[in-house]
Formats: sequence, structure tokens, C-alpha cells
Amino acid sequence: MSKYTEEQLEQELKTQEYKYGFYTDIESETFAKGLNEEVVIAISKKKNEPQWMTDWRLEAFRVWKKMEEPEWANVQYEKPKFQDIAYYSAPKEKPKLNSLDEVDPELLDTFKRLGISLDEQKKLANVAVDIVMDSVSVATTFKKTLGEKGIIFMPISEAIQEHPELVRKYLGTVVPTTDNFYAALNSAVFSDGSFCYIPKGVRCPMELSTYFRINEGGTGQFERTLVVADKGSYVSYLEGCTAPSRDENQLHAAVVELIAMDDAEIKYSTVQNWYPGNKEGKGGVYNFVTKRGLCENNAKISWTQVETGSAVTWKYPSCILKGNNSVGEFYSIAVTNNYQQADTGTKMIHLGKNTKSTIISKGISAGSSQNSYRGLVQIGARAENARNFSQCDSLLMGNLCGAHTFPYIEVKNKTAQVEHEATTSKIGEEQLFYCNQRGIDTEKAIALIVNGFSKEVLNKLPMEFAVEAQKLLEISLEGSVG
Amino acid sequence: MLKIENLHASIEDKSILKGLSLEVKAGEVHAIMGPNGAGKSTLANIIAGKEEYEVTAGNIELDGEDIGELAPEERAHNGIFLSFQYPVEIPGVSVTNFIKTAINETRKAKGLEDMPAKDMLKMIREKSELLEIDRKFLSRSLNEGFSGGEKKRNEIFQMAMLAPKLAILDETDSGLDIDALRIVANGVNKLKSKDNAVIVITHYQRLLDYIVPDFVHVLHDGKIVKSGDASLALELEAKGYDWIKQELV
Repeated sequence: MSKYTEEQLEQELKTQEYKYGFYTDIESETFAKGLNEEVVIAISKKKNEPQWMTDWRLEAFRVWKKMEEPEWANVQYEKPKFQDIAYYSAPKEKPKLNSLDEVDPELLDTFKRLGISLDEQKKLANVAVDIVMDSVSVATTFKKTLGEKGIIFMPISEAIQEHPELVRKYLGTVVPTTDNFYAALNSAVFSDGSFCYIPKGVRCPMELSTYFRINEGGTGQFERTLVVADKGSYVSYLEGCTAPSRDENQLHAAVVELIAMDDAEIKYSTVQNWYPGNKEGKGGVYNFVTKRGLCENNAKISWTQVETGSAVTWKYPSCILKGNNSVGEFYSIAVTNNYQQADTGTKMIHLGKNTKSTIISKGISAGSSQNSYRGLVQIGARAENARNFSQCDSLLMGNLCGAHTFPYIEVKNKTAQVEHEATTSKIGEEQLFYCNQRGIDTEKAIALIVNGFSKEVLNKLPMEFAVEAQKLLEISLEGSVG
Repeated sequence: MLKIENLHASIEDKSILKGLSLEVKAGEVHAIMGPNGAGKSTLANIIAGKEEYEVTAGNIELDGEDIGELAPEERAHNGIFLSFQYPVEIPGVSVTNFIKTAINETRKAKGLEDMPAKDMLKMIREKSELLEIDRKFLSRSLNEGFSGGEKKRNEIFQMAMLAPKLAILDETDSGLDIDALRIVANGVNKLKSKDNAVIVITHYQRLLDYIVPDFVHVLHDGKIVKSGDASLALELEAKGYDWIKQELV
């Protein structure tokens, strides 16, 4: 910070803890368990898809059948039984409850600590409540504004119907169906997701958030997202929410593809808070995600993620810097507590000249968790003057957790400059005592220290999201130091 | 205000305080002097409630209430402040954010609402002027890359913001050049009132030229072996601690 003006000082003092947004997981009507060609065809049919889409899914399914589940990640879990999963979910009404007394008390407690109002608690827990949902009107205004700019933002299932030419042109071009085991599976059976197209030269006037979309078409366990930013356009996209997402589905395998054409910029921010399992490490979501973006000339893609949930996470948002002067960024905070395991990082593939990438990864491990950073920086033979800067910091709490860093660097061009820095630190007794002495209890002190540690990444998130993420970090680490 | 009686304390079975008694009344300044290893910092940490020390006998009262069982943050809420000899770094947490958190957590413990931003801004402006701290300093990560002088000045800034009942300054003069020493001492003097008290822990007479004590105590081998007025500090400076040790024999 070069200056610290009176206004900035005032701003910092004013920053309040945030009142939370909401996010509903919509319970689903499901197909019978098991996966075969008939199921793939049935999914496609159920969604009324054109033949090319059905063929695309079937092709993916055939590839998937021949693939093996990868084992290289630094995580241990019981592999999902793929024939024991139901592959189609359609949104269905949850059973209505009559009062909050019928809701799981632990869930209510979490709501309370997130500062969610009583009315919203009812909404989240699906208790009958007579208030007009504000988000409906917000979403309407929102759609109108986007429509005027020619921006398309809708569930991908609708986009397949309404804009088949766009979807067909770009789907699978960044993450091919053959890319990996889980991407192939997703391609065969994805239930829904988002599609976004920003026309040439258009600067999307607001943050596009799944928050506005979630009640229109439920997302299932295999989510598919495709964002296309045409030449010279800009979009900031937010995914996920901080409210705890309870889900019956154990396996989540999403695919996200971003395409930034010449001079375009995409900012993609994620806050992920899937159910991490209980304190003994039972239950919890497996989150195996493939996220990748393609940059054409002078384009830029930034991935920012705050990962606090899931029992097992396996996720590497990546950038293919194909165009000259293109820029890729990855900012990540991954928190693991109790028995969570995360193997996450990024891939920066430099193909064009003067390409630049920045990686800032912050891993926070507590309890008996394991937190790994895995990153690949690859500089191609033609990538003259490519630059990369990577920084991986780990913060440990207690003596039972682990932090691991696996950097892979492959350079095929002599003009490249690649820098990698890594640090590991521990929250010390002295730091805690210092805070305690100033009247800050240990729980709050940890939150303060963790937020300080994560600041570089939190600063990259859009404002409201950053405040939510900050609060989420606090809650995720509650009780982690005895 | 503070009453310590026959305090015995040890760390990892090593006995450090061996029957220390001290009484500090509101409006007083006490200096505690003594050679290295006498137990000065231990005393400061024990009053603040650091958990690694074990109090084996004796008790500590603040305003007539035994605080022996209170957690460090509860003691802080009750008005005890320790200016650390070696303040720790907290990367990414600004001086402003830290003090704001400290103040609001203390208010919360007393059942008060957060301090309005406007009031806090006013107070920050006032106290940072008092300690000649510029605004940019307030945006820096707490103690990260601070010089010795900046660290100590920041400690006293926090003291000014928190307005404690009892402030313990643990070797606040170490690492200070003469200008910084004057600023810090001046700050402490301006914060003094008939309702609060200060305990100054130091090796040297130097700081006491600026913060004039009402009482000077010499701590040796875990006990207060001699007490007097400000002139005792001068005598110590002239004769050295060996004089005390010989006197004890």
C-alpha cells in the first residue's frame, strides 16, 4: 500500500461483519442407481437434448469406461462405487417443515453463527414461511440489465436449447471429454450448470453469481460450467456460497471451462463449503473438479478460490496461455480441519510469447488434516520471455496436521523466468498470548492470524464475497486449537 | 489496586519467584529493577496470566479480587496491560485492525457494542499524535519489519488506546534511541492519572529519568530484596547490583 489515507483508515474501521446471503440445496428426484449407455441416453432425453448432445455424452461415456480412476493425488479415501450412484437429479420440493424445532439443531447452530436471520434460517431449512423472496425481484432486474448488453447467462441445459450453436462450438474445447476420469464422467452424465457468454467488447456491469440462478434450475452433483468471453470483453463470475451446503451426494465432479478470446478478461471466484464430514472424519463430500481456462492473445484469466469444505478435494484450476501476452493468475486459500484432505493447486501452461502467470497459494491445516499444494508451471519451446512467479505459504495449527508442497516446473525455453517461493509457519503460543493479553480470546486470535495470513488472496475477491469468506475461515477453524 | 502476596512460581520445575510481595496503589508508579535472571519478566508474565508458568503459592489480587484463575484475556478485560519486551509479528494484520479488534473484544466482554468507527477514528488520531506515529505506520502489518523503536512505540500506542488500569512496561526502554525514549516516556506520562498505575521493569536508570517512579524495588533471586524511592535507582546505577548482593550476605 503506497498511501494510507484518512478515508482508507476510516474504511478499515467501518468494515463490519457481514450479514449472510443464502443458498439452497434443492432436493432431487432421482434415477435408479447405476450407469450404462441407457442411463446416459435417458438423461439426455429427460433434458430434451438434440442428437449431437446425446452423441457427445455417449462418446464421453465410452471413453470413461476405459479409463481408470487416478491415484496420484496425495489423498486417501474409499473409492466411490460408480454403479451405486444415481446419475440424474431433477429439482424436487423438499418436505415442508412446520417450525424450526423440526430442523437439525447442529445446522441451526451453524446458521446462527453465520449471522443468518431467523427468516432466512427458515428458508434455508425449508420451513414454511410467508415472506416474499427478495431474490426473485432482484433476479428479474438483473436479467433485464444483462439482456440489454447481449449477455447470455442461464442454466446450461437451457443454453443447449436456446443457443445450441454457441454451446456446441465451445463445449469440451478446453476440457476435452477424454481429459481425465472425472471430466469424462461429468461429460457423460452432467445434470446442469451455467452457461455464460459475453459479446465482443462488452464489459459485464455486475458480478455474475450462481446466487441469482440457483432457484431456477437446481444443480446436481455433476455440474458443468462454460464461460465464453468474446474479444475485448470482461466478466467477473462468482461461484458457490458460504452458507454450509449439506448434500446427500457424496461424489461431486464438476467441470468448468473458460474461454477468454483476444483482449478479454475473466475473473472466476469460488467459495466452496461442501460438507466436510464430522469431527471423526465420517461422511463428507468428495470434490473432484476439473477447471481450466484458455487465453487467446492479450487475454487474462484469474482464478480465485477459497476452499473450506469437502472431505476430499482434488482440484487444479488451470490456465492455458495460448495467446501472446496472455496472463494467468491463481489465488487460493485452502483450509483443512479435522480429517479433511485437500490436494489442490494449479497448472499454468505457457505456450504464447511474453506470457505471464502468478500463483499465490495459502494452505491452512488444522486438526488431523492433510493439505497439499500441487502446481505445474510449464513453459513451451515457443514461449519466448515467459514469466512465472509462484508463492506457496502453509500455516499449521497443532501437531497432527500436515502441509505438503509439490511444485512441478518444466521449462523448454531459455528465455523463461520462473520463480518459486515457499514458506511454512505455525501459529505460535507467543502470538496467541500476545493477542490474549490485548483482550482477544484464542478463538478470535486464530481468526485474526488466519485472516492476516490469507489477506493477499482475500483481497482478490469481490468485496462482499471477501467478507463472507473471512467469516467462513473463522467458522471452519473453530475449535481447532484446544 | 494490585496486591501480590508471597508469590512463588516456577517454570518446568525451575523455581523463579520465591515469595514475592508487592502492593501498587492507584496513581503510583513503581519501578522494578534487578540483574538478569532475577525474575522481572516472569513477574510481568505471571501478572498478565501466561499459562506456561505455574504459581505454586501466594496470590495476586486486582482491586481486592483474586485474579489467579482468570485467563489472560479476562485479566486484560479487567484492565491489565503488558507492554511486551519482544512484541510478536502478526503478518497481514494491520496495526489499525489489531487495535480495533482488541478494543471491540474488550467492549464485548463488558457487554458493550462495538465502538463506532467515528469515535475510534478520533481516538486513533489523538493517540497516534501523542506518540508521533504517522498514519502510514497504522496500515502496516503488526510488528512485521518494525524497528526496535517502532515496536515499543506501537506497544505504548496500544496502551494509550486501551487505557488500562494497570500498565506493566517490560523493558520498554531496550532497543530505543534517546529520541524514541523521550517520545515513549512522554506518552506514558501523559497517560498517567490518579486512577491508574504503572509498573516499569528495567535494567537501567535511564528510563526513570523520564518516568519518575514513586517507588523503586530491587528484585533478586525471585524476591524483592530492597525498596526505596527514586533515589534508590540512582544509587543502583552508581554502585551496581553487586552492592545489593553483598548487602544481602
